[in-house]
Amino acid sequence: MVNGVRLQKTPSKASWWRRTLGEWPAVLFFLLPTVAVLGTFNLYPALYSLYLSLFEWNGLSPAREFVGLANYARLLASGEFWNSLRVTLLYAGGVTLLALALGLGVAVLLNQPILGQSVYRVLYFLPVITPTVASGVVWKYLFDPTQGVVNRGLLAVGLEGPSWLSDPSWALAAVVVVGVWKRVGFNMVVYLAALQGIPRAYYEAAQLDGAGPWQQFRHITLPLLAPTTFFLIVTALIDAFQVFDLVYVMTSGGPLSSTDVLGYYLYRQAFRYSELGFASAVAYVMFALIFVVTVVQFRLSRGGGQGEG
Amino acid sequence: MKARALRTALVRLLLAGGAFLSAMPFLWMLTTALKPESALYQPPLLFPTHFEWTNFIRAWQAAPFPRFFLNSAVMTVGIVLAQTLFSAMAGYALARMRFAGRNLLFFGVLGTMMIPFPVTLIPSFLVVNALGWIDTYNALIIPRAVSAFAIFLFRQFFLSLPRELEEAALMDGAGRLTIFFRIVLPLSTPVIAASAIFSFLFAWNDFLWPLIVTNSPDMRTVQVGLAMFQGQYGVFWTLLSAAATIVTLPAILAFLAAQRQFIAGITNTGLKE
Repeated sequence: MVNGVRLQKTPSKASWWRRTLGEWPAVLFFLLPTVAVLGTFNLYPALYSLYLSLFEWNGLSPAREFVGLANYARLLASGEFWNSLRVTLLYAGGVTLLALALGLGVAVLLNQPILGQSVYRVLYFLPVITPTVASGVVWKYLFDPTQGVVNRGLLAVGLEGPSWLSDPSWALAAVVVVGVWKRVGFNMVVYLAALQGIPRAYYEAAQLDGAGPWQQFRHITLPLLAPTTFFLIVTALIDAFQVFDLVYVMTSGGPLSSTDVLGYYLYRQAFRYSELGFASAVAYVMFALIFVVTVVQFRLSRGGGQGEG
Repeated sequence: MKARALRTALVRLLLAGGAFLSAMPFLWMLTTALKPESALYQPPLLFPTHFEWTNFIRAWQAAPFPRFFLNSAVMTVGIVLAQTLFSAMAGYALARMRFAGRNLLFFGVLGTMMIPFPVTLIPSFLVVNALGWIDTYNALIIPRAVSAFAIFLFRQFFLSLPRELEEAALMDGAGRLTIFFRIVLPLSTPVIAASAIFSFLFAWNDFLWPLIVTNSPDMRTVQVGLAMFQGQYGVFWTLLSAAATIVTLPAILAFLAAQRQFIAGITNTGLKE
């Protein structure tokens, strides 16, 4: 009987709570950590750095001076900034295009019955998950002018390599090589999945019409991969615009600022020179750059009517 | 027939060549780490004739690597646990519960993925500083305790689960907590594994944030420690390679252990874009 009493009481109490509060207590409980963390460390900082970019402030003194758009004006007048922007665009463009072409190439080659396919996949993918710092350290050695494997290899075929990371005209190229090395595997994996989604029947029909391998690639594979290509370009650009670790480890922005990407420029302004307002302006320029790419992506992927999802 | 054999041979050659270039830095790192200092001047890629295992011990002792490892381990475990649990909870609420502003919140979460990290860097640092968290595990873990990407993964997965099980339990008067922990989570091992491997690699490899929120050598993580080590031991390539190997190994092992989930995570989100 005791059981009977409790059984009657509990549901009515629960339903009273449910009627008045609905699912709100549960909703709050499930979402509180997310709202708290993303709010404090994403949303609020994104807005606050816009606000900070209107001030001159060293981060320590209680007084901060409102300067309006002066930080942005200073930025646009600074040769260092334009150099950083140029270096960043070169790096991003280089890594994105080279890794795209190589990733597609490897994916096409792997998209057939080949002995050891899964081993190849792992070997091409390992650089993606390797810590950037460790990658930078090892590649620094590979690019060492006298002991490095790159110049030793060049010497073996009778060429004298430059001193890569300490040569202003080669340092960026060397960092791009590492960026590409770390990106190819990612592109390959995504391309491979997309290739496997193309029905075999398309190729069979094309073969019946007498299309050769190149024509099949040009008129079936490439157009059907377009949405994937687009996705990979956008994500690669967004990643590359923010590059920091590799530059920090391999070149510290040098020699002669030839690898001084925006991420590194921002870091120096904020954490070496304590120019928090000015650095926030740099951050917002990066944001704008990335925002433009994202908007272009939305526009084109809608306009293209690929019906992706 | 002959052309075909030639083609296959060419494909194999290209693939093997590319794979060699891709793996060469690892090979180089490992062989250098095992060479005695004096053998550095041998021709490249030559396997050491005698293995200098002591390089690892010397590197391990030349800087406080045990402490860096401890810090990275605490941070990584903390981030993996927090991101998995909190993201699963949020993903569940966004997939199953009905409340005003749900879609707005979901797009808000997705929107935070578009905010580049450098934009949030300075104010996040100021928040952590104001809380007195510099040089603490709090600073390393709490700001990254939630992942918008993981929330997205979990939400998509929960949407694909049949509702019947949960509805039956709701009828029986079970609360959301019971349903989530007793019924939903045990069915979610594939997505938990995917989310955990992403969190693990993110945390273990992370550099910029630990660099700015730690000052004391006692609180440095392995990546920051390795970068500092490189600053001090710039040309001691055997020691540097040994240290880089030690720091890379956990990432590679974790990837190999959960390769399938990791790649599925990338291709699913990549293609659904």
